[in-house]
Amino acid sequence: MPRYLDVQAPEHGVRLITLQRPEALNALCTGLLTELASELEAAERDEQTRAVVITGSRKAFAAGADIREMAERDLVGILNDPRVAHWQSIAAFAKPLIAAVNGYALGGGCELAMCADIVIAGSDARFGQPEINLGIIPGAGGTQRLLRAVGKPLAMQMVLTGEAISARHALQAGLISEITQPELTLERALHVARSIAAKAPLAVRLAKEALLKAGDTDLASGLRFERHAFTLLAGTADRDEGIRAFQEKRQARFQGR
Amino acid sequence: MTFQHILFSIEDGVALLSLNRPEQLNSFNTAMHLEVREALKQVRQSSEARVLLLTAEGRGFCAGQDLSDRNVAPGAEVPDLGESIDKFYNPLVRTLRDLPLPVICAVNGVAAGAGANIPLACDLVLAARSASFIQAFCKIGLVPDSGGTWLLPRLVGMARAKALAMLGERLGAEQAQQWGLIHRVVDDAALRDEALTLARQLATQPTYGLALIKRSLNASFDNGFDEQLELERDLQRLAGRSEDYREGVSAFMNKRTPAFKGC
Repeated sequence: MPRYLDVQAPEHGVRLITLQRPEALNALCTGLLTELASELEAAERDEQTRAVVITGSRKAFAAGADIREMAERDLVGILNDPRVAHWQSIAAFAKPLIAAVNGYALGGGCELAMCADIVIAGSDARFGQPEINLGIIPGAGGTQRLLRAVGKPLAMQMVLTGEAISARHALQAGLISEITQPELTLERALHVARSIAAKAPLAVRLAKEALLKAGDTDLASGLRFERHAFTLLAGTADRDEGIRAFQEKRQARFQGR
Repeated sequence: MTFQHILFSIEDGVALLSLNRPEQLNSFNTAMHLEVREALKQVRQSSEARVLLLTAEGRGFCAGQDLSDRNVAPGAEVPDLGESIDKFYNPLVRTLRDLPLPVICAVNGVAAGAGANIPLACDLVLAARSASFIQAFCKIGLVPDSGGTWLLPRLVGMARAKALAMLGERLGAEQAQQWGLIHRVVDDAALRDEALTLARQLATQPTYGLALIKRSLNASFDNGFDEQLELERDLQRLAGRSEDYREGVSAFMNKRTPAFKGC
């Protein structure tokens, strides 16, 4: 039974993970990360799950790492930190992951949002990497994914000053995909998840993989991967169904084959 | 926290916040800022408050910044006025604009400097007939702050906004109403009662819906037509889920008086 998460299946094909550590603004302690990684692994194995939405509270998506825990770790402790493996597992989640962000997404919270494929944020959300204020640096992708998302000048400014940016700024910079009214953030994210869950699962999986390739490989390799994935899909039943349904002007019925 | 520079109460759904440094025409010093901030925090957290009425004691409304609180003596270090704006004035006008309930401002007398612009961040402004608005900033080499340069041209048009801001002349309450700067002018002696009556009346209305109306109208200045249409759709979605909407429709269908709860 998870302690720090609430997991639901609000609709067919969609799993909703809510971070629930209100007393600490959803700070990502080891326990929470462990649960999150294992929930995502379960969602990965579950054939019924086609997309996952992750969210926090109205006030905070996640306001950082657990500082008290971090203070207790010395150099060797950090070297053997179990959280590294959890972060890797979260980032490697192969199905679409949508973050619905209200309030603070700071430090580890911002890094978690960046692990998601799609980020929908409430208009008063704030994104930042304040680690520098504590004499440390982001440790879960905050220097790498942030730069790839928003470019060097803004990434440098955020990481070196620790100052947070508004949802509007984050949208403009490409850190998030959409702004909505805070009361509707989760609903909108679930809508996007539902839409994705209705597509051909194999196509979704390969599309995600191909898009992620674009971030960490050269263009020629990326294009080659895209072409291979495109070719692979030609052998699936869902492709035939998708094209036929389009021609017959009806809803496609995908089966994941 | 007990208050020394303001009066504050919440009664019958109405939060009443009255600036109370009458000898200094209710000008802001740090202590009053902190009390106003605390009171607004309580308004936000209170489940009882459904309307905020902002007014002031004595003959003036607010003379803006208390200049005796500022060290501008020759040889003193150049003050960073942006700091107090970041710390106090901007959060104050933002809070008033963002509060999810109707904010009424009763301007009981002279409103100068930031004191002239704080009412503009409120939703419904009543003014005593003898009240006046003075963009005094230009007289001491400063720029209208607390949202004045943004709100003035939107309320009265650019030509009048520039005249007000660059000449710093007194704008009487009646002229202010004719120009569309404020909602209504009331006889001096009746101002407090009328404002309270309006506040109490609004506090029985679907205040959650009113807060959404406020939000959509405030956003309209920033939005294009299409964005605003989408916002209306989203806020209507939220309004349609409220208990007050259900109550309003049911009361209408059954020809009875609705009992709204503000949620």
